[in-house]
Amino acid sequence: MGALTAFFKSLFLKELFQGLAVTGRHLFVRKITVQFPEEKTPQSNRFRGLHALRRYPNGEERCIACKLCEAVCPAMAITIESAEREDATRRTTRYDIDLIKCIYCGFCEEACPVDAIVMTRIFEYHGEKPGDLYYTKQMLLAVGDKNEVQIAKDRAQDAPYR
Amino acid sequence: MEILLQTLQTFFGPAWPLVWTLLKIFGIILPLVLCVAYLTLAERKVIGWMQVRIGPNRVGPLGLLQPIADGLKLVFKEIVVPTKASTGLYFVGPAMAFATALAAWAVVPFSEGYVLANIDAGVLYLLAMTSIGIYGVIISGWASNSKYAFYGAMRSAAQMVSYEIAMGFALVCVLMVSASLNLSDIVHGQAKGAFAEMGLGFLSWNWLPLLPMFLVYLISGIAETNRAPFDVVEGESEIVAGHMVEYSGMAYALFFLGEYANMILVSVMTSIFFLGGWLSPVGFLPDSFVWLAGKTCFILFLFLWFRATFPRYRYDQIMRLGWKVFVPLCMFWLLFIGVWMMSPLNIWK
Repeated sequence: MGALTAFFKSLFLKELFQGLAVTGRHLFVRKITVQFPEEKTPQSNRFRGLHALRRYPNGEERCIACKLCEAVCPAMAITIESAEREDATRRTTRYDIDLIKCIYCGFCEEACPVDAIVMTRIFEYHGEKPGDLYYTKQMLLAVGDKNEVQIAKDRAQDAPYR
Repeated sequence: MEILLQTLQTFFGPAWPLVWTLLKIFGIILPLVLCVAYLTLAERKVIGWMQVRIGPNRVGPLGLLQPIADGLKLVFKEIVVPTKASTGLYFVGPAMAFATALAAWAVVPFSEGYVLANIDAGVLYLLAMTSIGIYGVIISGWASNSKYAFYGAMRSAAQMVSYEIAMGFALVCVLMVSASLNLSDIVHGQAKGAFAEMGLGFLSWNWLPLLPMFLVYLISGIAETNRAPFDVVEGESEIVAGHMVEYSGMAYALFFLGEYANMILVSVMTSIFFLGGWLSPVGFLPDSFVWLAGKTCFILFLFLWFRATFPRYRYDQIMRLGWKVFVPLCMFWLLFIGVWMMSPLNIWK
C-alpha cells in the first residue's frame, strides 16, 4: 500500500506543486531589498568599520605607545614604533594599520587602555592603487579628528555595558 | 497598404517574392530577438520577486534598459579562441545553435493565415530543426578542445536525445487526434467539439483529453532547452557553462539567444499543440494573435517559476525520468487514445 501511495504521489507531482505554491506566494510578498546608496540598514553603535586614532579635548593624542594593540592584533596589521618626546612622555613615532591585512575583529579597540585606537561606523571607503589602504598615523588621526563627535557619542552610549 | 504593396511589387519586378519573403522573415525575427532580450529581464525580475528581492532596476526606468546594456557589453567583449581549438568548427557551433532556433519559427502559425511557410509536414520540420540544434552544441563542445566543454556537450546530447523520444511520442498523440502534420490544421482541430459548441472552447483544446501528454511535452520541453531543473548541462558547480565554457562575447551571446529563442519556441509549440494556439478560450471573444501571445507568456512564466522553485535533478534521475517514466507513460497513453478513437466514445470525428 505504501509503495502504491508513493507511486501516485510522485506521478501526480504532489510535492512539486507544494514547492510551486511556496514560490508562488513569495512572488507577491513585500520585497525586502535595501537599495544601498539611497537606503541604508541601521548601524549599531558598536559597528566595527574604519579605524581612527583619538585625541583628548585639549588636543593631546591619547595613544601612549603601549603596543597592546600591536600585540593582540591577530592579523598583525598594526606596526608601531615609539620614542621619548621632549616632555619625557612615551609617544608613537609611527602607527600604521594595513587595512588589507585587518580582519576588523575589534581586538585593538578592546585592548587599548586609553581608548586611543577605535573603530568607527565608516565602511564606505576604498583604495584605487596599491598602498591606498595602508593607513599611517596622520591619516588615522585625521579620521579621528573628523569624526570625534560621533565616536564620543557611540562610546558614551556603550559605556554602561562595559 | 494595398497600394503600397502594389507599388513595391512593380518596383522589384520578378525579385518581389524574394523581397517579400525576406521582409516577412525580418517581421518575425526582429520581434523575436526583442522578446528574447526582454525574456532575460523578465526571468531576472520574476526570480528576484520569488526570492523576495526586486531584481534589476538600475539601468533605465524599472531596469527596462538592462537587456540592451547586457547586449552592448557582449558585443564589445573580445571573442577568445582557445589555441588548440578547431577554429572553423568553433564558430559553426554557436551559429548552428542560433540559426536552427530561428529557422524553426518559419512554420509557426501566429494567427489564422499568418504563417511564413504553411507546409503540411510542419511538425516534422520542427522536430528536425530542434534536433539539428543539438549538433551545434556537440560541435562547439568538441571544437573547444576542453574536457569540460566536451562533458557538457555529451550531457546535453544524451539529455536532448532522451527527451526527444518522449516529446515525439507526446506529439504522436496530438497527431492522432488531429490527423494532420500541419500546425494550422492542428489548431483548427481544437476548435471543434462538444464544449466548443457550448462556447467553452478551452475545454475542447487538446490539453484536457491529452493531459498527461501535455505535462510530458511541457517537461520534455524544459529538458530539451536545458532549463532548470534539468540544467546539468551547465551546472555551475560542476562544469561551469558546459559546452559554452570557452566562448565569450558574441559567440557566447549566440548560444544565449538560441537558448532563449528555443524557450519561446517550446512555449509557442505547447500553446499550439495543447492550448489551442490563437483560439479564444470562450465563445463570445474573437480568436486572435493576442491569445497565442498570452498562452505563450503563461508557459514562459512557468519556465521561470520552475527555475525559481526546483533544485537541479541528479543526472541519473534525469535519465530515469526520461526513459522509465515518460516513455512508458507515453506508450500507455498512445494505446489509450487509440482505443478511445476506435470506440463509440470518439470525440475527435
